[in-house]
Amino acid sequence: MSAAEQRARPEAVVVHEVLEQPVGLRKRVVTGSLLVLTGAVTVLGWGLGSGRGDATFAFGGDTAVRVPDLTVPGTLTPVVLGALVVVLGLFQLVRGFRARRGPLLVGVAVAAFIVSFLCWAMSGGDAASIDVVRLLRQTLFLATPLILGALAGVLGERSGVVNVAIEGQLLTGAFTAALVGSLAGSLGAGVVGGVLSGALVGWLLAVFAIRYRVNQVILGVVLNAAALGFTGWAYKALMQSDTERFNAPGQLQAVPIPVLSEIPVLGPLLFEANVVVYVMYALIVALQVVLFRTRWGLRTRAVGEHPKAAATLGVPVLRIRYVNVVVAGGIAGLGGAFLSVGTIGPFTENMSAGKGFIALAAVIFGRWTPKGAVAASLLFGFFAALQTLVGVLPYGSAVPSSFLSALPYLATLFAVAGFVGRVRPPAASGEPYPA
Amino acid sequence: MSTETPAKEVPPAGPAGAAPRRPAPRRTWLVTVCAVVGAALVGAVLIAVGDARTRAAAGYFLSYPWDTFSNAWYAVRDAYVALLEGAVYSPDLSGKGALGPISETLVNATPLVLGGLAVALAFRVGLFNIGGQGQVVLGAVGAAWIGFAWDLPVGLHLLLALLGGLLGGVLWGGLIGWLKARTGAHEVITSIMLNYVALNLLNFLLSTRGFQRPPYGQAISEQVDAGARLPLLLGSPLRVHAGLLLALLAAVAVHWLFSRSRLGFRLRAVGANPEAARTAGMSVGRLQVVAMALSGGLAGLAGASQVLGVSGSVTGSVAGTIGFDAITVALLGRNNPYGVIGAGLLFGGLRAGGVQMQSTTGVPVDLVGVLQALIVLFIAAPALVRAVFRLRAGGGGVGTELAGGWSR
Repeated sequence: MSAAEQRARPEAVVVHEVLEQPVGLRKRVVTGSLLVLTGAVTVLGWGLGSGRGDATFAFGGDTAVRVPDLTVPGTLTPVVLGALVVVLGLFQLVRGFRARRGPLLVGVAVAAFIVSFLCWAMSGGDAASIDVVRLLRQTLFLATPLILGALAGVLGERSGVVNVAIEGQLLTGAFTAALVGSLAGSLGAGVVGGVLSGALVGWLLAVFAIRYRVNQVILGVVLNAAALGFTGWAYKALMQSDTERFNAPGQLQAVPIPVLSEIPVLGPLLFEANVVVYVMYALIVALQVVLFRTRWGLRTRAVGEHPKAAATLGVPVLRIRYVNVVVAGGIAGLGGAFLSVGTIGPFTENMSAGKGFIALAAVIFGRWTPKGAVAASLLFGFFAALQTLVGVLPYGSAVPSSFLSALPYLATLFAVAGFVGRVRPPAASGEPYPA
Repeated sequence: MSTETPAKEVPPAGPAGAAPRRPAPRRTWLVTVCAVVGAALVGAVLIAVGDARTRAAAGYFLSYPWDTFSNAWYAVRDAYVALLEGAVYSPDLSGKGALGPISETLVNATPLVLGGLAVALAFRVGLFNIGGQGQVVLGAVGAAWIGFAWDLPVGLHLLLALLGGLLGGVLWGGLIGWLKARTGAHEVITSIMLNYVALNLLNFLLSTRGFQRPPYGQAISEQVDAGARLPLLLGSPLRVHAGLLLALLAAVAVHWLFSRSRLGFRLRAVGANPEAARTAGMSVGRLQVVAMALSGGLAGLAGASQVLGVSGSVTGSVAGTIGFDAITVALLGRNNPYGVIGAGLLFGGLRAGGVQMQSTTGVPVDLVGVLQALIVLFIAAPALVRAVFRLRAGGGGVGTELAGGWSR
């Protein structure tokens, strides 16, 4: 509006207050009690149950400037953190936080719980310590295939195609990357081969789901079985008979980025990885931008929510689905390439070992957004990393490792059951078009 | 920007209302046979590619092309003959041993039939039970625990151990149904998660005293009492056990449930149209819980029959891939209890023959997994099979009664 108009109507007032949905009483009571319970467990279990030792959090890495180690008392820390969570829970019960503070609240409680748990696990000995950078590096390392798989899942489901075949795409990608990498004698060719083979599985998914209208969940299960059978067969028939020729690709080396890798903590954590991880960073940003800031993304989401409406406006529904599902397959194939040539090099049978299903859980846990899927994958990766690291701590063996490894699945169960807020899938996800 | 309508990309399938809802039986058979033949052809290509002599002959293909083809032919023929000999009958075996291949086929088919019935039952109610794996684990754990920890008279012990397996599965399956009915959580996601929870629970138990077998070195459970084992049907060297009868009985029971009982009618109504069932006054949520509990119970029995009939104890791999194979069995059997028996026998035979094929010709048993997946893929996409084999149009594929997306 022009300056003249503004002068003409001086009484126009813009109110910048955002209306917020009030939190229901029931939800407030449930979350509040859960917080109080978590805090109480933290104080009683990790705090009062701890030994006499101190807990040391180290920040390793080969940077010029180093962060000093942090040593905290093993008993007092869990007690203080637990009490904090109890106070937050009581406040939620009595007054109630705003609805949008919910994720922050859960985050604080989970973080307090985990830090307290680590203090407790270290308190049994004299000078036990955890290298935080190593823990987080391991987290990122274990989460990379999950993130790539979950991004593939998000892209497919946003355009209305359920991708249960992430597992098969990871496995095929891992196999092809190792095979092509060995035959061509070039790791780059291997990675490209992995991406293309994942895209091929994506294309199969697209053809059978879109043209032949097979139920997409069944299709995913069958494609997983086919991928498992085929790679297992090829591993035994080809790779084992002549390992040198077919299954010795070597492995991608870490490429430190010159300046960034010198940043304390963050440098060794994020910028001393191999090329697949850097591509993953780019993909995360690209997907978030493409889905929510571009025309293609708007159409993709429209096709996933209401294909008929999109078609009425002239959006080529089937073409958008085809392209997205094939591209998604390629992304998952990259995750597969990370599994083989990105980590240990050669392919082994059933290498993906259920990671595709965890990625699927991350898609849902992350509420069908790239950001959320990445966060969920990191969380799952963190639990896996924790499991390997806690075992060597003084009290670590007191916690059954099966319990820690079941946690991500239990968390997802709680999430989809609606205890952590509602999750709503794209409306047309899984529906063939035209109906 | 393209303004074309997607109409020209529409597949030439008839509208759902006009096409016959159930394909004619003869055509169903034809599609099934074509799917098996198609899968076998693709498998033959894989065998030829995997054969070292064929690959060597292909190296000088241009000078002696016939070598490649003859080597490939021999490799494929030997592999498939070994597969048949391992699954049905081998002229090398005599006396009681001649029944060996059949016995192995039946042993492999037993859990597949039970698991397949579990998946098929859920399918008929419009639910996808992908959680067979977890239910098999819980069934195995329940049966094994009663089998070794309790001390009971011979017949009763077996009965209670089977019941324990059933209950384990009912619990795990019913939980999925309850979560769906109560919170709307999609059963595919919850059952995948519960699969992993069950697996971790199993690993935990296998390292816990009271369940783990002394001297606590290996991840294996205590041995089930002899009185709680399922009896062998044909005597000692042949492994076929009474679990087979249990599976056949279960198939009859499921058939009775859906064709004769009131509960079955309601379950089918929910499967056909939940909205209509709700309008007619049925409690859709409760029926979904019942369906998943029954389905889980059948899968639990599959686990129990593995423990009580085959292994006698629980290990980390007790469930194998039964839960996922069961899905393919249900699809091939087209959710019909007797069809499931046939499909279970076919895949059980493939498994048994695959072992023989690997040991005599060196073709990896994993090929069987490829065949299995391909057969189901072809079955699930009848339009593809009809296009390849030039059959006339029939009804829709399997799984069409399932809700498609997460949201329902």
